[in-house]
Amino acid sequence: MGLESALGEGYLTTRLDALVGWARKNSLWPMPMGLSCCAIELMSAGDPRHDISRYGMEVMRFSPRQSDVMIVAGTVTYKMAHVVRKIYDQMAEPRWVIAMGACASSGGMFRSYSVVQGIDQFLPVDVFTAGCPPRPENLFNALIELQKKVEKSSVLDYRDRKEPIIV
Amino acid sequence: MSEQSKITQDFFESPVVTSNLPPKEQRTKLLQALLDMDPDISFDDPLENDMVLNMGPSHPATHGVLRILLRLDGETIVSAMPELGYLHRGYEKIAENETYHEFITHTDRLDYLQPVHNNVAYILAVEKLLGLEAPPRAQYIRTMLSELARISSHLVGFGVMAMDVGAMTLLLWCFREREKIHDIFDLVVGARFTTSYARIGGVAQDITDEGLAAIKAFLDQFLARLDEGERLLNRNRIFFDRCRHVGVISAEDALAIGLTGPNLRGSGVAMDLRRDAPYLVYDQLDFNVITESEGDSLARYYVRLAEMKESVKMVRQCMDKLPAGPVHAHEPKKVLPRKERIYTRMEELIHDFMIVNFGVDPPPGEVYHAVESSKGQLGFHIVSRGEGHPWRLKIRSPSFCNLQALPQLLKGHLLSDILAVLGSLDPVMGEADK
Ligand code: SF4
Repeated sequence: MGLESALGEGYLTTRLDALVGWARKNSLWPMPMGLSCCAIELMSAGDPRHDISRYGMEVMRFSPRQSDVMIVAGTVTYKMAHVVRKIYDQMAEPRWVIAMGACASSGGMFRSYSVVQGIDQFLPVDVFTAGCPPRPENLFNALIELQKKVEKSSVLDYRDRKEPIIV
Repeated sequence: MSEQSKITQDFFESPVVTSNLPPKEQRTKLLQALLDMDPDISFDDPLENDMVLNMGPSHPATHGVLRILLRLDGETIVSAMPELGYLHRGYEKIAENETYHEFITHTDRLDYLQPVHNNVAYILAVEKLLGLEAPPRAQYIRTMLSELARISSHLVGFGVMAMDVGAMTLLLWCFREREKIHDIFDLVVGARFTTSYARIGGVAQDITDEGLAAIKAFLDQFLARLDEGERLLNRNRIFFDRCRHVGVISAEDALAIGLTGPNLRGSGVAMDLRRDAPYLVYDQLDFNVITESEGDSLARYYVRLAEMKESVKMVRQCMDKLPAGPVHAHEPKKVLPRKERIYTRMEELIHDFMIVNFGVDPPPGEVYHAVESSKGQLGFHIVSRGEGHPWRLKIRSPSFCNLQALPQLLKGHLLSDILAVLGSLDPVMGEADK
């Protein structure tokens, strides 16, 4: 709507990739996979102070079928890993994954018998976020990095097979 | 034969219209099979047939990764069984391989809504084992921050419960207040919520005047803000209807199951370790133990609400009474020396080396120390064999015990009441699963 009024009678040419990338990047709906402490910072990211909706991502969907990016926030145990993977499989493509916090990225401080040492063992991860827990600012940093990645990816092969980003 | 089946028969008996319909004999057979079928539902008694429903472990209302298996009769819950362990991180085993100081960081992540209180609870147990006591100023600071942590935890409990029964606004308001507490921790402790603030024989660093001013500024406006939130709910018909007479538990049952904290006090049992077995400086503070007699979700909500106000009172008293003095006990072999001294003095360097590498050396023995956390009675049981790390460390986590009441609380209620009950129990899975 805004574009039409700006252009008047004119028209615009672009690449399909650029257009789709732009649209995708500005409407990333997160699936908050809140598992433990990091989930509290994830909730803080949605609070009035930090306000995740500035990035067009306030639409937290607890149903995997309606979401684009899964934010894995917390310690993933072996018992939970099956569930996380199943939920990821239910998400419609294109889909992305953010590993929020040390636990999701690498097992964090829990070198124990029950904790998966990093979710990249069973999920393709796009952005790793440092911190225990990452402050909401760092989560936003991860989301912005993800937006850049989404913008650049192609329509047909959305998953940029390059190295994941570490923020 | 009814009208409906006549039409169907016409259809079935019509000549072949398209080539891919099966031949007529086959269609007649199919029709006969359909007509022979008994159209009645084959259940003897439809109400006899229960449905088993799985809720969680990824469900927005289960506060993390709780899974509840439900047997339903229509919408009524016949029985419910919580399944734990989706966040089992093996704390008790980890503790056996870490020195007493190293384990402090792990206590943050137990009940991640109020880390300071867990730090303090654990350190009090260790100090009891070592026969050591922190100086008064440290005790006051610990009490003050523990109470702030209690407020921040109850705020989440309060907001999330309201959200679960449909009042989203309140959650945002509660988080606005929580942010202010996080700012205080940021200033005083250096982290937003994984604080690791307590140390054996004291606290990590002294509180500054700036920190005290921030706490005061927070307290000055908090009650008015809480009142705003309270007014949204306390006269809200929908909230009342959803919470009143839901999840009722009697005082005897609550005691038998082992409920503690606000959940027990909501059933009318005035048990509060802060008053019954005072630790820190609670014996010098003036506060009330809040109880409600109904034992339903609404009562537990009222208890939490009133406890926040009591906490504000306590923090104020601590600020008034805060004595001057050191925040570390003078026990060179047990208390970590200050960094600036490690760099300049030989003796402190040696002590630091020994404490960090081999740990403090407690006497052999067993201690148990419990505190009243915002969820209930949080206890640490340490068995020591005189080494730098515990031989066994058992955590008595309140959320774990509180969740055991779920089957009883949910029985006979409707499916949608789960939210009101779970929200009022306020479990934290990090602590329940350990
Ligand atoms: S990274 Fe730290 S804060 Fe996040 S889930 Fe792990 S222990 Fe908790």
